[in-house]
Amino acid sequence: MMLKLTAEDQSMLDGEHGRAVAAAMKILVAFSNAVGARQLLDIAGAHIDGCLYHGQASLDFVERLVEGGGRVRVPTTLNVGSFDLIHPGLVKMPAAQEVPARRLMKAHLELGCQATFTCAPYQTRFRPAFGEQIAWGESNAIVFANSVIGARTNRYGDFIDLCCAMTGRAPAWGLHLSENRRGQLLFELTGSFEPADALFVGVGLIVGQRSGDRIPVISGLPQPRDEDQLKALGAAAATTGAVALFHAVGITPEARSLDEAFRGMAPEATIRICRADIDQALAKLSSVPEGAPLAAVSLGTPHFSHDEWTRLLPMLREVAPGRGIPIYVNTGRATLKRLQDEGELHDAEKLNLIPVTDTCTYVTSVLARLDGVVMTNSGKWAHYAPGNIGVSVAFGDLEDCVRSAAAGHVVRGAR
Amino acid sequence: MSEQDSRALNRVGTFQLAGEAQGSALVLSHALSFWGGVDAETGDIIDRSHPGGNVAGKILVMASGRGSSSSSSVLAEAIRRGTAPAGIILEWPDPILAVGAIVAEFLYEISMPLVVCDISGIVSGDRIAIGLGEGDRAMVSRI
Repeated sequence: MMLKLTAEDQSMLDGEHGRAVAAAMKILVAFSNAVGARQLLDIAGAHIDGCLYHGQASLDFVERLVEGGGRVRVPTTLNVGSFDLIHPGLVKMPAAQEVPARRLMKAHLELGCQATFTCAPYQTRFRPAFGEQIAWGESNAIVFANSVIGARTNRYGDFIDLCCAMTGRAPAWGLHLSENRRGQLLFELTGSFEPADALFVGVGLIVGQRSGDRIPVISGLPQPRDEDQLKALGAAAATTGAVALFHAVGITPEARSLDEAFRGMAPEATIRICRADIDQALAKLSSVPEGAPLAAVSLGTPHFSHDEWTRLLPMLREVAPGRGIPIYVNTGRATLKRLQDEGELHDAEKLNLIPVTDTCTYVTSVLARLDGVVMTNSGKWAHYAPGNIGVSVAFGDLEDCVRSAAAGHVVRGAR
Repeated sequence: MSEQDSRALNRVGTFQLAGEAQGSALVLSHALSFWGGVDAETGDIIDRSHPGGNVAGKILVMASGRGSSSSSSVLAEAIRRGTAPAGIILEWPDPILAVGAIVAEFLYEISMPLVVCDISGIVSGDRIAIGLGEGDRAMVSRI
């Protein structure tokens, strides 16, 4: 089995499009051989998860492409970095770390990537269409693109996503190919469920834990209120597991029926999920009991959509948290700009609202206090924050987070 | 047959990244994610589900890779710092470790061999050599 290159691929490899493209193609070819792809295919766009600093090698790689005169060949969005470039001073970091971390973000812009700095590129004008071939990094974005939109990407990341962007090509393997997108494992919800936010998080956690490297199909899920609930499901599944694609029967575009989801074949196994399983999965996200005093609330992991802001703001104004407990909301800079233009954030300060763009509160030092309990409505944030930034976490739905901020301690189910 | 002969081991494998290396085998019972699992500054294994140890200069042997694509960066950074294994032998190919090895070779001209072959019978402490065989094959032997 050998990789077959087109004449155009070969000319990129031979340096006819410059040193940076040649380097990217060389790495892409080595990678394609390593995964057994037989050819490359055209991509319509890329999303790069390379702006978080993991050491000198991350920066050396991008600098090498900048020096080689590189420009991305397809529309390319950027994932979060370590800094909020819109709100300087929000992230606190020693200078020795700050300099290379800022440079990493800027170097990507010099390659022609878009300054989106969001983990939710599907909420920007660069959202791909059904069936489009793309090369995306960032686990929640990958699972959303494949599952909710029906675009096609593998789990790209570090270095390779950028090599795809620089060449406009990706190896033809895995989820790029129709035959590999068939469901394999059936998760059957037993009982009747309301489309509550927490349900989607809970199902995502379980599906992630139990899927391994097989593609899950979920049946019995109620129609979601909006795609943000599917975003939460996917993010949770890509947190507890390596899920890159799920099908939800009657909901996601490649699963209009159970039969379509499995392409007419039988599931390899069936896993039943009942209410108690979901409650148990969600309970594991909280390390503190009800009533625990709160230091902060963190929302928007993945980045808050415009719809989510539209749900949050009236809720906040009604409950009017007055205890000085900060409510951090991670969101894309374009979403924030739109809200500001609409005049929606005029009372942000009064509501103790701190919008965070370009980064996320669990990957860098944003929170003023790390010694207390932080409440979140995100399964992903609840999973990673204790290890990454050392906080204790309480999980709850959006209403609970808002009411808890007003009360100053963890409250659940207060209506 | 001497004891030495009964322990002879000569395997042919495929390279995900070609190179030559020798070192003491460190065999892990389950997959290690470099991101969150290895400290690139020291090579120490920090994932508490493993018994500990240090990967620097070893021939790391495990069935497969695991976890976040950020493992590519951590492996590349460890290769740059000289804290990476001398070579890695896997039962199953792993795209994430392959990327880390490919990029480190590109940036720093250090070729850390990444081999896919049968890992049965290799135990921690064995002296293992990875060499280049005919037709780009990987030769794995106990020395």
